[in-house]
Amino acid sequence: MDYKEIGLRAGLEIHQQLDTAEKLFCRCPTRLRSTDAHTHEFFRYLRATESELGELDRAAEEEMMVMRRFTYYAYDTTCLVEDDEEPPAHLNAEALQLTLSIAKLFGMHPVEQVHTMRKLVIDGSNTSGFQRTALIALQGSLPGGCRVETLCLEEEAAQRVHDAVFSLDRLGIPLVEISTAPCLHTPEEVQEVAEYMGMVLRSTGKVKRGIGTIRQDINISIRGGARVEIKGVQELEAIADVVRWEVSRQQGLLAIREELRERNARVEQESTDVTRLFAHTASAILRKAKRILAVNLVGYGGLVGREIQPDRRLGSEFSDYAKKCGVGGIFHTDELPAYGITADEVRSVRELLEAGPDDCVVLVAGSPEQAACAIRQVTRRAEMAQKGVPEETRRLLEGKKSTAYMRPLPGAARMYPETDVLPITIEEQNWVAIELPELLSERAARYTRELGLDSVLARQAAYSDRLGVFEQAVALGVKPTLAARTITGTMREARREGVPVEQVEDASLLALLQSVEAGTIAKEAIPELIRLVATGHPVEEAIRGYAASSFSVTDVEAMADRIIRNRAEFVRERGKGALGPLMGVLMEEVRGRVDGKVVSEVLRKALDRFLKES
Amino acid sequence: MTLVLTPGARVRFTFHGGEFEGTYVTEREGRMVIKLENGYNLGVEPAALLSSHLPPPSPPPRITTIEQDSSLPECAIISTGGTIASRVDYRTGAVTSQFSAEDILRAIPGLGGIARYRTRQISSLLSENMQPGIWRDLAHAIYHEICEGVRGVIVTHGTDTMGYTASAMAFMIETTVPVVFVGSQRSADRPSSDNVMNALCSARAAVSELGEAAVVMHGTTSDDHCAIHRATRVRKMHTSRRDAFQSIGIPPLGGVEYPDLTLTLGPHARTRQEGEARLFDRIEERCGLLTFVPGTPPEVIDSCEGYQGLVIAGSGLGHVASAWVPRLKELIGAGTTVVMTSQCLHGRVCDRVYDTGRDLLSIGVIEGEDMLPETAVVKLGWVLGHEQDPERVRTLMQTDLRGEICRRSLHGL
Repeated sequence: MDYKEIGLRAGLEIHQQLDTAEKLFCRCPTRLRSTDAHTHEFFRYLRATESELGELDRAAEEEMMVMRRFTYYAYDTTCLVEDDEEPPAHLNAEALQLTLSIAKLFGMHPVEQVHTMRKLVIDGSNTSGFQRTALIALQGSLPGGCRVETLCLEEEAAQRVHDAVFSLDRLGIPLVEISTAPCLHTPEEVQEVAEYMGMVLRSTGKVKRGIGTIRQDINISIRGGARVEIKGVQELEAIADVVRWEVSRQQGLLAIREELRERNARVEQESTDVTRLFAHTASAILRKAKRILAVNLVGYGGLVGREIQPDRRLGSEFSDYAKKCGVGGIFHTDELPAYGITADEVRSVRELLEAGPDDCVVLVAGSPEQAACAIRQVTRRAEMAQKGVPEETRRLLEGKKSTAYMRPLPGAARMYPETDVLPITIEEQNWVAIELPELLSERAARYTRELGLDSVLARQAAYSDRLGVFEQAVALGVKPTLAARTITGTMREARREGVPVEQVEDASLLALLQSVEAGTIAKEAIPELIRLVATGHPVEEAIRGYAASSFSVTDVEAMADRIIRNRAEFVRERGKGALGPLMGVLMEEVRGRVDGKVVSEVLRKALDRFLKES
Repeated sequence: MTLVLTPGARVRFTFHGGEFEGTYVTEREGRMVIKLENGYNLGVEPAALLSSHLPPPSPPPRITTIEQDSSLPECAIISTGGTIASRVDYRTGAVTSQFSAEDILRAIPGLGGIARYRTRQISSLLSENMQPGIWRDLAHAIYHEICEGVRGVIVTHGTDTMGYTASAMAFMIETTVPVVFVGSQRSADRPSSDNVMNALCSARAAVSELGEAAVVMHGTTSDDHCAIHRATRVRKMHTSRRDAFQSIGIPPLGGVEYPDLTLTLGPHARTRQEGEARLFDRIEERCGLLTFVPGTPPEVIDSCEGYQGLVIAGSGLGHVASAWVPRLKELIGAGTTVVMTSQCLHGRVCDRVYDTGRDLLSIGVIEGEDMLPETAVVKLGWVLGHEQDPERVRTLMQTDLRGEICRRSLHGL
């Protein structure tokens, strides 16, 4: 597809957790916990406050349609600030300094005076009902010319455990939010820029690593479509696909718009109470409902059921809007009779609403309030279909190639000052004094240049979580290739085999590498020792155990002789060509306790001897 | 360059070669605070300003008239300055407090289902600036509302000194209906504020069978129930938590469940009375509370010269250093009534156990029983406002008048 032709405009919003000692507005550690470890829990209700104009932010208002009770898990590593029971502490100076470094890396300019804001978020993920956030820098640039618009420092939200239950360990971890202009024009470009930005962030050496520590929101629009924000894409590799999927979704909605216009489609403004028609229905949902409302969408027949994403129809969009009112979903005549609703029932609803063959009737069921709210939402969304693509925030459906509606794009209306945090002046001399860390891409090039690593390995080492181990090991005289292979390939293979490598501390890895360099252990022993350390053995003990059970050269010579004798016929047949296969057998026996070079040398001599003798 | 900009003015300014638009909010430490289109504020050098203009005034707020349900009992809401309701102007980010009945009902619609309301604003003070003079105005206002026949009175108050004011009202008004104090610990502009739940629970208490002055605030950190505390036995025991208010020495009078607003009252709660309320509005303002701290020189007592009453928060059972005794003797000799309470807060004063205590009794110090020091100082001012005779004053200070003294020290409290 020619993305320039269809007018693709995309921008990125990258959220990256910072690896500071303390949280942004309290002195708690930035440590994630297992939810089993929570020490107590409490619950709250959240309400949006009315603004001066008597208007609520539209995103906040939609969340308010259902009064929800949120439960929070608290830990011995969280405090009253996370509970919204204490005013925030001063903005974390370490986080601000780090954010300024990041701003400088993106060629941005810091604001002169930082003001912390409250951004209304009443989905329960913030105990206060708002997220504290501050604009730190503006106007940066990326290689290729795309503009970085803003960089904000904000507090991470609480993690949802399930439904309306949230865990407070994550709440308040410092997070930078970096937004680019909508200046990317192909799916690949979006992914490349996201990759580059991630690399720059990791170059600081002070950002969190691992699943969920970096999240990409992608803003996407095509000509005639509208800005849609896809939230929280965690996999870098998925970004280009997510852009492609959204482009095709918007094209699908635009095609529906054209058909609706050709058919002069319209939405009946009045809904009809059809509860009595379903008094004896076989559909359990409808039979139990206190109120069933129906609305006729004139000229929508067949389009509501049309697929616009894999497994998602226009009707799925209506349903997402209706669910905000607490109903489980909707029924529409494009997919009926089904779900226990009979053809007769469909006919009687159609008759009551005077629906024609080209019309689609939508049904919602629930309490009187829920049904009234849900039918309004369906009507609203159906009208939007005539305009094409609504501006929305959407989320990626797990394991699917599609997205679902979350909420309208939030407006500026939901920001007001956090009066409990004083403004901070960014001093010019502080900004000037910030020394930029070497970019990981530059570091990789340097490893090739100075340490002689091949470019693939150099890049892997530089981008690795264990970069620190590599740097220290090389400084202590460990061969760069050994250090690089160990922290990249060896660790990767061990993980693949199910070894919990994340349990291996940097110091342990370093000790193993040093022991190889000192000749105490053979490098072939590293995978086995990593496995031992990862499963709870102290590293010194593992190394000692290995040294005690290792073989002397004489032992290896005896083993070599025995292996050759046992395979005498094969050896005579293959001559010197038997070295390779025999090496495999012998290495298996010494199980990495002797350096491969030594083994190979011993075996070669024994083979020569044997061939000469026979 | 001095700027004369009106908050709300649209401005254009430069920032490192780029031009930005926003709304002027205020001036802060020499910089213009500007709200950008994306909602963020930032501080900008005044020199960066390119142009400004005042936008046409925004349309007047959409006023929805609030219909009160005439079939419901009538309550009075009297505000003193605590913000139970507020509104955010997202254009400039300003948060304004709401006082009129309509505004409060608009902010907390659930109130309309419990009662109908008449509102009065006595003051708009930060509660640390509260004065006995305003207690008097408040007492008159409450008394007036009770005489007008309201079912109950709700007083909104800043939480810092709410306990003192509630205690003062308990003494100044012999009430027949509930006089309920309520506030919020977490600001009313935040979606998580305790204001709505506290307000609803207080309204529920105001139409209940309760018949005394009380404080109604969160009972726990969760939004599960409010506790009803006796005005003379309640104390703010935490700087910021929602459940900062605690009953000391007695269990709470009762509670209100949330959100169903089921109310329960304990057997010790005083219930509604027939007959007329009475007002005792005099209060001696020259009273104070002095906390004894080891090593404090006795000269500190000199600063209390001229006080008609002095409450001491002594150590343990009610002690001060022996060196204080002669000075206190002089003070008492000069006509000051001195009452001993304990900085332990929990438990009863007994100055008969140790020598220092016996010395204090011998110079005329009055044992304040198990009264909270803050309640004792409010009570002393009120007693001295109505009674001059030293023996009568002593008797009144040691008699339970409004539930401030427990005759028995109960287990587990």
